[in-house]
Amino acid sequence: MEPTVTEDPEYFHKVVNCQYACPAHTPVPAYIRLIAAGRHTEAYMINWEANVFPGVLGRTCDRPCEPACRRGRIEKDEEPVAVCRLKRVCADLKGDVKSLMPEIPKKKNGRRVALIGGGPASLTVARDLMPLGYTCILFDNQKRGGGMMRSQIPSFRLPEKVLDEEVGYITDMGVDAHFNQDVTSMKEMLARDFDAVFVGTGAPRGRDLDIPGRQEADKQIHIGIDWLASVAFGHIASIGKRVIVLGGGNTAMDCCRTARRLGGEDVRVVVRSPFKDMKASPWEREDAEAEDIPMFENHVPKEFKMKDGKVVAVMFEKVRAVYDDKGKRTLVPAGEAPVVMECDDVLMAIGQDNAFPWIERDIGIDFGKWDLPVLDKKTFQSTLPKVFFGGDAAFGPANIITAVAHGHQAAISIDIFCRGKNLSDRPHPAVTLVSQKMNVHEWSYSNDVSGADRFAVPHADRKKTLKDMKMEVELGFDVKAACAEASRCLNCDVQTVFESGRCIECDACADVCPMSAITFAENGAEDDLRGRLNAVSDNRGQTLFVSPALPTGRVLVKDEDVCLHCGLCAERCPTEAWDMKKFLYTAPKTACFKKTETPENEAA
Amino acid sequence: MSYIIPRFRHPCTVPNDIGYTRQDYEGALSTLCAGCGHDSISAALVQACYEMSVAPHLVAKLSGIGCSSKTPAYFLRQSHGFNSVHGRMPSVATGAYLANRDLTYLGVSGDGDTASIGLGQFAHVMRRNLNMLYIIENNGCYGLTKGQDSATADVGSKTKHGQANVFSPIDPAGLALNIGATFVARSFSGDKAQLVPLIKAGLHHPGFALIDVISPCVTFNNIPASTKSYTYTREHMTAADVVDFVPAAAKYGADGAIDVKMPDGATVKLRRLPDHHDPRNRAAAAAAVLAAQERGEVLTGLIYIDTGRPDLHAMLETTETPLRALDEKALCPGARALDAVNRNAR
Repeated sequence: MEPTVTEDPEYFHKVVNCQYACPAHTPVPAYIRLIAAGRHTEAYMINWEANVFPGVLGRTCDRPCEPACRRGRIEKDEEPVAVCRLKRVCADLKGDVKSLMPEIPKKKNGRRVALIGGGPASLTVARDLMPLGYTCILFDNQKRGGGMMRSQIPSFRLPEKVLDEEVGYITDMGVDAHFNQDVTSMKEMLARDFDAVFVGTGAPRGRDLDIPGRQEADKQIHIGIDWLASVAFGHIASIGKRVIVLGGGNTAMDCCRTARRLGGEDVRVVVRSPFKDMKASPWEREDAEAEDIPMFENHVPKEFKMKDGKVVAVMFEKVRAVYDDKGKRTLVPAGEAPVVMECDDVLMAIGQDNAFPWIERDIGIDFGKWDLPVLDKKTFQSTLPKVFFGGDAAFGPANIITAVAHGHQAAISIDIFCRGKNLSDRPHPAVTLVSQKMNVHEWSYSNDVSGADRFAVPHADRKKTLKDMKMEVELGFDVKAACAEASRCLNCDVQTVFESGRCIECDACADVCPMSAITFAENGAEDDLRGRLNAVSDNRGQTLFVSPALPTGRVLVKDEDVCLHCGLCAERCPTEAWDMKKFLYTAPKTACFKKTETPENEAA
Repeated sequence: MSYIIPRFRHPCTVPNDIGYTRQDYEGALSTLCAGCGHDSISAALVQACYEMSVAPHLVAKLSGIGCSSKTPAYFLRQSHGFNSVHGRMPSVATGAYLANRDLTYLGVSGDGDTASIGLGQFAHVMRRNLNMLYIIENNGCYGLTKGQDSATADVGSKTKHGQANVFSPIDPAGLALNIGATFVARSFSGDKAQLVPLIKAGLHHPGFALIDVISPCVTFNNIPASTKSYTYTREHMTAADVVDFVPAAAKYGADGAIDVKMPDGATVKLRRLPDHHDPRNRAAAAAAVLAAQERGEVLTGLIYIDTGRPDLHAMLETTETPLRALDEKALCPGARALDAVNRNAR
């Protein structure tokens, strides 16, 4: 293999599995260390800079970081660090953060940007552009900002207060927000004096199911996201005792748990697919099951059974999943008798689609597959140069953290566009790499890996939470549990940096490495090399570090896969060929943050 | 050092035949200098014992004084250990072996402990063919007392103090051949591919097995002018043979190698390298050691092996039962038995 080029910021970035997996590239280990140090305000600001809604995401994020977490791989049955809920801790316990946020120039730069939709993507664009002097004019058809975070996530998971606070940080920057206002024509928008238009209207159309009885039973059958919005805005306050929720995603989980709180006693979730293909996050499913909500798999709804003009039951066909060579799934009838489940109401949470009825098709904005806008994948620019898309509106339904990541990129594009520069000439990530060596015996981070199991977030008493729609179920970690959970983090951002010119090939690092991750070997092709390392090396998703040739002609190979970042290689190295260096990767954003150093570095 | 050993090990680590993982063969975190060759030898011992499925509680680790003699703390934490007087490890090993021949004896010594203060004991333990593996962690200097030349330092070799050694060196392998050791090997701490099979073979050898391991002292004796440095050893190392140790249960095909059968059923497979001697020939082995010395080479590998000679218990015709397993009657046979012994001596 060729020697690894660690000068490429993406090499070490990839080693920080959590940060790399985060669409917004939040520097996770950096803020976890601050939480362990009790510095919640600074931890919050690291988050706020990267992902804009730490309090919201600390409760609702899809957590792509956690399946990626190295901690989950270092031992059989080991679980990842509770990254998401630690994020909530810094939001819960922070002090004053407003004074740490960027100042908004009184004198504007004269550029006006329209933001259509008030969800996470649009708000992120505003957050990134307001500090540069842009005038942002936001339009949303709800009564307050937040988009799907307000309308689709029930308040027992995300208290209104938390959402209001974090939406407020952005609207308080002086965003010219127009709520309760539907935008019905893009043509009209474009006719107004905007330098750029950002569309962040989400994927607002819940899918329907056209099976017998659907038309007649309209009153008792509700589209999941619309029903959740009606509950959120106080238009609906009750539901029948027997509720069937169709669908297996996170919206279905929110629907069934909400139904339990509005009077549903026999609430059940029925999924077409096998459980293992269910889209809901495992933890959301667990929480629903803990509220006595049974789930049924391999049931395909076939008919709404009517009696006296009302739905009385849903009839299902039982199926089984068959997978072809390519892993494509087909549901085939299992040949069993149909299953009939009685019900009073049905909630349909079987997916969402984009809908842009308000964008005229003759104004230069092209639409492609699934009626999604044709966009440049990096710049988020549409075929009409001044119009940009982001969030679910761009590439279809995803999640909040993805919408935030889109928002950052779109803001960069809009800024470049308004300055008349080339959109493909984008800012680079900011990177620092600093040795953590304090002494022969000492590192400036805690390298003693905690052996504790993952801590569970305590829940409020179920008897109370099921009665109160607004009572938050999760109580969040207290300081003690947060510290204990934080110390499970392996500090993967503290990189093992190898300088081959200093190595005397004494084997000390290879001998001491508890994970047998280091091998001195003859070089070879990757397949061959992986087969000759000191430990099994079959996780292709993780890179091998390969040094330049050493004096004996061999190379040093380090498999990044299960490195504990304990620093023993560097401690046992007689020539300081190894060092532990903290790598901070700040994903590209507009110049909304003038500081280049994080609070953590300032203190160090 | 932050004096930690994380509790985690590679998730694919599997237990060996007797259910122990590699971690079960480890010891405390080393307090030797970073980069010390001795730590690599400890790691090789861990690897060999794990792979051979040695029961850790049936091993006795014995050592004298010196950096080398500290190392038994850093491997096989579940085994018996005795850190004895300087240069007197062989006496303690002899006593232990006579009392209980069922344990595996592993002596760890250094060039000072063996070739200076302990030279007398070293010579006599070889004469007695005590069934043990004796490892010399040979760095050519007294690291523990700040790097003075030891008795194995070559003429002209310099430590970082800068003065060339003027005294003739003792070559432990040459000495062992002369005195009659039945297993003589040399290796290098930086070459586990060679060292680990030698350790395995040495542990199985039914008599005294010596491995002289060049083990550089990074702090005092790893400069370009030293003949015990990493660089010098690598550049001047020549292997007499390639050793592979085959446990009794394993099957192997005929491949032209010399198979040396061990009494316990295991086999040491030796592949002679071109222009090298037959390691079953003592005179040829001694000649090879001398010739290599004259050429300025460090001759490594299994230099000599003879599995046919009786060990100490066989020579003395002592009981096969460990003393701890004998009852009072057997241990104190009484006045009549003593009379019989005395009558024999008149």
